[in-house]
Amino acid sequence: MDINTIRGLATVVALIAFLSVVFWAYSSRRKGDFDEAASLPFVEDPEADTPDSDATNSHREAHKNSQKRGVA
Amino acid sequence: MSTATLQPTYNYKVVRQFAIMAVVWGVVGMAVGLLIASQMVFPELNLGLPWTSFGRLRPLHTNAVIFAFGGCVLFATSYYIVQRTCQTTLAMPGLAAFTFWGWQLVIVAAAITLPLGMTSSKEYAELEWPIDILIAVVWVSYALVFFGTIMKRKSKHIYVANWFFGAFIITVAVLHIVNSAALPVSLTKSYSAYAGAMDAMIQWWYGHNAVGFFLTAGFLGMMYYFVPKQAERPVYSYRLSIVHFWALVAIYIWAGPHHLHYTALPDWAQSLGMVMSLVLLAPSWGGMINGIMTLSGAWHKLRTDPILRFLVVSLSFYGMSTFEGPMMAIKTVNALSHYTDWTIGHVHSGALGWVAMVSFGSLYHLIPKLYGKEQMYSVSLINAHFWLATIGTVLYIVAMWVNGITQGLMWRAVNEDGTLTYSFIESVEASGFGYIVRAIGGGFFVLGMLVMAYNVYRTASESEDQSQDKKDLDQTALDTAQPVAGR
Repeated sequence: MDINTIRGLATVVALIAFLSVVFWAYSSRRKGDFDEAASLPFVEDPEADTPDSDATNSHREAHKNSQKRGVA
Repeated sequence: MSTATLQPTYNYKVVRQFAIMAVVWGVVGMAVGLLIASQMVFPELNLGLPWTSFGRLRPLHTNAVIFAFGGCVLFATSYYIVQRTCQTTLAMPGLAAFTFWGWQLVIVAAAITLPLGMTSSKEYAELEWPIDILIAVVWVSYALVFFGTIMKRKSKHIYVANWFFGAFIITVAVLHIVNSAALPVSLTKSYSAYAGAMDAMIQWWYGHNAVGFFLTAGFLGMMYYFVPKQAERPVYSYRLSIVHFWALVAIYIWAGPHHLHYTALPDWAQSLGMVMSLVLLAPSWGGMINGIMTLSGAWHKLRTDPILRFLVVSLSFYGMSTFEGPMMAIKTVNALSHYTDWTIGHVHSGALGWVAMVSFGSLYHLIPKLYGKEQMYSVSLINAHFWLATIGTVLYIVAMWVNGITQGLMWRAVNEDGTLTYSFIESVEASGFGYIVRAIGGGFFVLGMLVMAYNVYRTASESEDQSQDKKDLDQTALDTAQPVAGR
């Protein structure tokens, strides 16, 4: 096959791939899923109230350390 | 508190370690940058020693800011975001701890070997082969931890930020391993496995995608998490984010040849690199618009929230430098801009304006959460940092634009008989004032970084009750500062 035919085909394949992604992403069937996914960063923050979490332990350490240094 | 047991607990220890070291390496890397910028004004600052000469400190600066500062920010935020959006703790916590200590070892090894002059001479990949092997081991461990966490996620979907982090981790592994392939001749010296123009092409395929994936895709992952979090609303268009992702990763990988215009690289490869760089404008701006539009209906928050201001200004610089980049990739523009200070200005509009500012915004959001605080020790210091960073970046970029265009025009000027109008040293002399302005801009930026380091230190070391008092004070300070900021 001529190299230019391959180049032309590659361009067409890339265009089809791009349009497929666009149609897939913008199809109304996906809307519910995407809304769910988009809300993932807002799932309730658990760490502040978890008694045995890493974060809480570190405050205690930080508290102790700051007292040692006389900052507190 | 009664619901606490129903929630997953997260591994924040490794996130905290990386976040703190990001600030430490940020100070070091940017200070070295300021030193070498000052050497361009006062050459005596090289102290007459080989270890502190520009040629050895410049790779130390680039490695420290990209891989030490940027790398630690990426590790910290990706480990944080992947846990929170997958609602599960990190997979393989032992391996995650290894990535922290392994990465710090890489950085220390770089800080020792580069001033000693041990280098493979590949830009942004200067480290010699034993360190390269350590990087590869750490990076594969990183991939295992990250994708292991995604595999055990409790949520149904993989949030878009994780797609960007995933692409960044896989691509950097491939780039690093292919470009670092070398034949060692001793413990501290090796030669590239490739030769001539092919070596140059592989180097810039690596180099440009280090920009595209290390310094862009990963930071876009941060943008897709921290901008919605800080604006308290979901991303403007999740659909656009998917098109953004696939278009960006598919196109970036082809843009490398624009670093090799008018070289021994075949002409068709140069043209391909130029065209792909131009096409890249579309996904870049798609992502920028998606980030900025997330604020629609919440613009008023910019007046009171310096963290959001960092994030939005970083997106503006991202938009600016991703317009400038494709323009400079056009061969005729490149004929003027290449090898001049314009390139350095372009890199820093991306590095200071986009990468560092989006990192600052993300760290200011992240660090209080890691220490169980409502917010940073001082919000007004965040605001001070914001203005120092913005002024510093603008001074830097403008100085380099003026210098770059001056140099480009002087180098190409010819007399009627075809001889060069200016000697090279005349263009260096013409650049002197720009170098002073650049060093001042860098000084502003480093000062902002020191303000951040102090703020982070106080946030991390302060006890809970103190932070409450301070918060009230800060709120008062902020309230009084508002009218000024809003003008």
